[in-house]
Amino acid sequence: MAMAGYYHAEDLPRFPEVGKNAPELWEKFSAWYRAVFAEGALSEREKCLIALAVAHAVQCPYCIDAYTQASLEKGSNADQMTEAIHVAAAIRGGASLVHGLQMRNSLAKVSL
Amino acid sequence: MSLVSLQHPLSAAAEQRRILGQSAERRRTFAEALAGCGLHPLRATGIQVLQINVGKLCNQTCKHCHVDAGPDRREQMSRETAERCMQILAASDIGVVDITGGAPELNPNFRYLVETARALGRHVMDRCNLSILLVPSQSDLVDFLAAHRVEVIASLPYFQAAQTDAQRGEGVFDKSIEALRKLNAAGYGQPDSPLKLNLVYNPAGAFLPPPQPQIENDFRRELGRRYGIVFHGLYTITNMPISRFLEFLLRSGNYDRYMDRLAQAFNPAAAAGVMCRNMLSVGWDGTLYDCDFNQMLDLPVDHGSPRHIRDFDWQALGGRCIVNGEHCYGCTAGHGSSCGGATA
Repeated sequence: MAMAGYYHAEDLPRFPEVGKNAPELWEKFSAWYRAVFAEGALSEREKCLIALAVAHAVQCPYCIDAYTQASLEKGSNADQMTEAIHVAAAIRGGASLVHGLQMRNSLAKVSL
Repeated sequence: MSLVSLQHPLSAAAEQRRILGQSAERRRTFAEALAGCGLHPLRATGIQVLQINVGKLCNQTCKHCHVDAGPDRREQMSRETAERCMQILAASDIGVVDITGGAPELNPNFRYLVETARALGRHVMDRCNLSILLVPSQSDLVDFLAAHRVEVIASLPYFQAAQTDAQRGEGVFDKSIEALRKLNAAGYGQPDSPLKLNLVYNPAGAFLPPPQPQIENDFRRELGRRYGIVFHGLYTITNMPISRFLEFLLRSGNYDRYMDRLAQAFNPAAAAGVMCRNMLSVGWDGTLYDCDFNQMLDLPVDHGSPRHIRDFDWQALGGRCIVNGEHCYGCTAGHGSSCGGATA
């Protein structure tokens, strides 16, 4: 089972093994996860696109694989998926840049 | 080029069956999945649809084609076999004739089949690749189909050019749009028109189709907004892991993951509604099959059923045991898949 390196695509279907030493917690997580992605005020397609975008923000290759497939199977296309990850990237970039105000505040405080 | 012309090992049905059989060791077999929901052995419930595959000649060479059809293929149904099909039809109460290929319109007996079946009062469907409507020798085809009230089932994998051309060949999307405009101009697809135009979506890759109503709405909105095209309905069809799509799956390293996905998405409701339970498929040489996919895997009807149209036996075929294998997971995954779209 031991493989060199990290992040093997073959590991994704083994995700439930994480529940082995805490089955009740795993079951609660699984039930909550299923409920989160069920059709609600947002469609399943919209939720998959949000998940795809967040997967890029948190840089999880398992989630990127899973939600690329899921987004396609919910009817999204490459244009929509690409726009979704731009949203994630823009928020990440914007979150960095908005800290520039903190920099400007500090700069102002120490400047003559 | 077709797998046959490339002399590819997967052009042999036996090699495809061998690979599909091997992969069954990774997961429960399809027969076990059927047994798990009380559907084994799977039996036909009658014959409401006679699907006639008139041959493998086609003007396109689509990457996912389960027939391995193309311009280089020459297998074509003869007049004698076509006449036998119509004799069987006349002597039965089968209500629907579903003509497929290849590009079925290229068979010289296509119009004979349409005219005869319509004269018998049966509903006729033409599985049309759209671009055939622009071929000079077929310039009167739209008028012919309309005159005989043939339902057109038109392949259009997506409402954008990139996905369509990636699957069906460079420039096919533009031709498809032009052909759809011709059909619309003849009255096909118009609201309340008796000239039925239904589209077929299938995924441009190794993933399952989205929910049929949802993607139909997308097609209706986008084809209307971008091109002013109208249609009646849209059928989602899952790509079957056979022939050229199997070759793609193996070459791209997607095979095991795709088969696992199909098996994991096994839906008992879709299994109960599979198309083979109410249809019979006739090959270009008159051999009988449970479906067009079994036909391409060279798996004729079995369990004592007559195997050729010349030996047609209503009693034996109407309640026959259906031949199945691991590829059948393609029709039972998710919302199900059939020549008429989702089944669950």
